[in-house]
Amino acid sequence: MDTNEILMLTVGAILVNNVVLSRILGICPFLGVSKRIETALGMSGAVVFVMTLASFVTALFNRFLIARTFTINGQTVDLSFTRILLFIVVIAALVQIVEILLKKFSPSLYVSLGIYLPLITTNCAVLGAAELNADASRGLISSTVFGFSTGVGFSLALLLFASIRERLAISRIPKAMQGTAIALVTAGILAMAFMGFSGLVK
Amino acid sequence: MLITILVSAGAVAAVGLVLGALIGFTAKKFEVQTDPKIEAVQELLPGANCGGCGYAGCADFASAIVTKDADPSGCSACSDAMLAKIAEVTGKAAGKKEKMTAVVFCSGSFSRSTRAADYNGILDCRSASIVAGGGGKACRFGCLGYGSCARACPFGAIEIRDGLAVVHPELCRACGKCVNVCPRKLIRLVPASARIHVYCNSLEKPAKRRKFCKNPCLACRKCIRTDETHMQMQGGLVRVNYSNPPDPSSFLDQVKCPTGALQAEEVHRKLEPFKPAEPAQKKEESK
Repeated sequence: MDTNEILMLTVGAILVNNVVLSRILGICPFLGVSKRIETALGMSGAVVFVMTLASFVTALFNRFLIARTFTINGQTVDLSFTRILLFIVVIAALVQIVEILLKKFSPSLYVSLGIYLPLITTNCAVLGAAELNADASRGLISSTVFGFSTGVGFSLALLLFASIRERLAISRIPKAMQGTAIALVTAGILAMAFMGFSGLVK
Repeated sequence: MLITILVSAGAVAAVGLVLGALIGFTAKKFEVQTDPKIEAVQELLPGANCGGCGYAGCADFASAIVTKDADPSGCSACSDAMLAKIAEVTGKAAGKKEKMTAVVFCSGSFSRSTRAADYNGILDCRSASIVAGGGGKACRFGCLGYGSCARACPFGAIEIRDGLAVVHPELCRACGKCVNVCPRKLIRLVPASARIHVYCNSLEKPAKRRKFCKNPCLACRKCIRTDETHMQMQGGLVRVNYSNPPDPSSFLDQVKCPTGALQAEEVHRKLEPFKPAEPAQKKEESK
């Protein structure tokens, strides 16, 4: 794949089809850990890390197991309907293993990502990235690139949202709108703002 | 059809089995041994993660106590009983510490202070302090009353009453978060045994202090003349000598502070209007 394609994929995943703001995936951490920029940063790091890794591994699984058709006794067996099931199992196991390895080999990284890793084991944004890769039948490299840039897109949305919420926390808001209500309205406006990127990449 | 069901079920089961075995294998192979003492100490710590000890939180402090020989009494939020228990777990003697408490050195609530401007900005002291007019109150040194310290307090020990931050000493654990957050540098940690303070931090000229506030310390030194061992000058401000604090009940009667800046902590907290001891009360209604 050439650089042009990688650029299209990256810009498309970060801005045009932002995983949170236009695909509406991963809303739980988007609302849950966006109260402070510090926690949002930790979560972003964990998501980029896991999404890149998970995209690669699920692409591997997709290529060699799920997207294949097997012929047994003259009957063709297509496993593609088990895709979601297998992906979620693989991602969950992967995050578990990565967590154990991190704790052993990189305690500092474990301390900074540790509490966020289990939170995103079965996150729909991570699964969504894997599913989108499989739907578009991307190769290994472009799947990994897509996973990474989707993670970056998630981080961008999360950090923008967290910085807005930090300002919201100290402004005058009508009582009925305080907390999650105003946060949801803000998320909606942010999503509308991201609609301006549509058409940037085909 | 049947073969599809069988193959897919078999594939999912096999993947699950292999992954499960892999997790089990890595968990055993790369297991990290942690000292059970760390967890025990962490259980005993308050768990507020206030950071007053200088570590990144209670978990970090617990591991520092066990592995790096940190002193458990560095935790200002721990009670003495808890410290004794921690000492029991770690097998080290716990150091004694004097209980400290935060004090907001201001008595200028909204009703007691003069207002110079209307502030409609962000309701946060740090934001208010950087705009012209500095948050509305005329006094440039007093409490802004927008509660940055109250929000910073992990123990909920600071209350904003009538635009003045008031510390509740029984809740205060002296972690020092409010000290750092106050843009006016009004808060200090002092020994909790001192029950009487000079609630003013103004460095204005005395005439202006009087104009801006109903309970300013004018630095008349009356209290210092009464007993030099208990009170002292610190720059242009009168402060209680915290190494030898006076007794609240008798000392206040002896001094009869003319402005009421010198107050017992219990009285200050209630924000009751000050009645001067002398009948000579000047009218300050002219604006």
